[in-house]
Amino acid sequence: MGKISFSRKSLGIPYTLFLVLFVVAPLLVLIYYAFTNGQGQFTFANLVGFFTNPNTLGTLFYSVAVAATTTAVCLLLAYPTAYILAKSKLKAKSVIVMTFIMPMWINFSLRITALKEILTLIEGNLAYYPFLNAVIGMTYDFLPFMILPIYNTIVKLDESLLEAARDLGANETEAFLKVTLPLSVPGIVSGIAMVFLPAMTNYVVLDMLYNSTYIMGSLIGGYFAAYNWNGGSMIALILLAIICLFTLLTRGAEEENSRGGALL
Amino acid sequence: MKKVWKGIVILFVLLFLYLPILLLAVYSFTDATQIGAIRGFSLHNYVTLFTTPELRDMIVGTILLAFSSAVIATILGTAGAIGSFYSGKRMSSAISTMNQVPVVNADVVTGFSICILLVVVFGISKDSFVPLIVGHVTLCAPFVFLSVIPKLKQMDSSIYEAALDLGATPAVALRKIVLPQIMPGVISGFALAVTLSLDDYFVATYTKPATFDTISTYVVNATKGSQTTIKTALWALSTVIFLVVILVVVLMNLKAKTETSERAEV
Repeated sequence: MGKISFSRKSLGIPYTLFLVLFVVAPLLVLIYYAFTNGQGQFTFANLVGFFTNPNTLGTLFYSVAVAATTTAVCLLLAYPTAYILAKSKLKAKSVIVMTFIMPMWINFSLRITALKEILTLIEGNLAYYPFLNAVIGMTYDFLPFMILPIYNTIVKLDESLLEAARDLGANETEAFLKVTLPLSVPGIVSGIAMVFLPAMTNYVVLDMLYNSTYIMGSLIGGYFAAYNWNGGSMIALILLAIICLFTLLTRGAEEENSRGGALL
Repeated sequence: MKKVWKGIVILFVLLFLYLPILLLAVYSFTDATQIGAIRGFSLHNYVTLFTTPELRDMIVGTILLAFSSAVIATILGTAGAIGSFYSGKRMSSAISTMNQVPVVNADVVTGFSICILLVVVFGISKDSFVPLIVGHVTLCAPFVFLSVIPKLKQMDSSIYEAALDLGATPAVALRKIVLPQIMPGVISGFALAVTLSLDDYFVATYTKPATFDTISTYVVNATKGSQTTIKTALWALSTVIFLVVILVVVLMNLKAKTETSERAEV
């Protein structure tokens, strides 16, 4: 028996090595670079520099504003959509749901190209509305990622709970507020996690919409273009800290494997 | 009244998601260089798309990259999932935790950190494609792992033991008993890996050779340039991809339907 379990376990060795080498090691290297300068000397200058420079701090607040607005807009659009889809009694429901998910399979850069053309037609000069365009672009890119997890939780809801609520005298609104909404929180949390972080970092959406404003991701792009590994590592580390905080806050409340689930 | 509102919400969201792509599709069949201008029917964008070597190389390169990294990711991730599933509690939770990092991490950070490790620290040339492939496998393998694990959990372990009792070696039992049962997870993991690689921009930008482009990196650079023939040829590309996606979705639905009806007959 010992030999058998050894052979099955050993299948995991290559992947474990892979993860240590290409997931853990890069993070360690990131930490090293974030706390050293170009000559390899230990320093807090990158960290202090980030939090004392009005430009980088401004970028942090700006990207939180873009991400928070995008998340709110996505939620406002996605919740009713997911709710209507989940409650509909149509026969071809799966096909209709698929229609809302399909855009995710089209390359995002091509979709943003399409969006850019139509926004140019409406607005004339894209540069006049940087914040609005950033939110529209991010919403356009990430909306399906919000619809799917919410749809999945609502569709799995036990109808009998709603019936019980009605039997006990709740009207439609009360039943929604006290049963459906609280029980769809896991889907909402997954959706938020899948929209908020990318909206803080996906700076290409802004670049493609001729947007000269910066979000956190743009800073990494800028340092990368300038071969400043130390500065870039510090930004990456700050983003990682935000991600960790986010993961800790939403721990347990999330739908499992939401990003993968949303893509397939 | 309520029904009307529902219709309006659905229609608005659909319009928001599809209007840009559909408009681009319509204009890809004209001479227009800008949306809104009315021009005659033309296929020249499609001719450019399929005859310009630069565009062809970029499309073929993207597909090759997606499939090769998906194959590696699927082998690594599946083996990793099986290994982790049969390992002790501590080992398997360590593997899942590491596996979770690229899943929750921003792609910018994943790409940047791999670039630093491989290119800056180890001095591996980006022209070797090693950083790019490693980057894409890191991006995809965790999702393969995550789609295989649930299948392992659902598996009936007594069949594997029965196979051993009947004289199968562990390797044979793994191939003939375990693998077929987790196959749906492996396949969806592979499909997911292909999709992720095709859609990736950030990992590719930070790790790719300067002369190589994926669809994403190419399109992003092209929108910054002013070459209109390339720009409108990309409209054609967007339309082609849109049609391919519709085709895949229709085929998947048909397959799902025949499978359920077959099951219903049994």
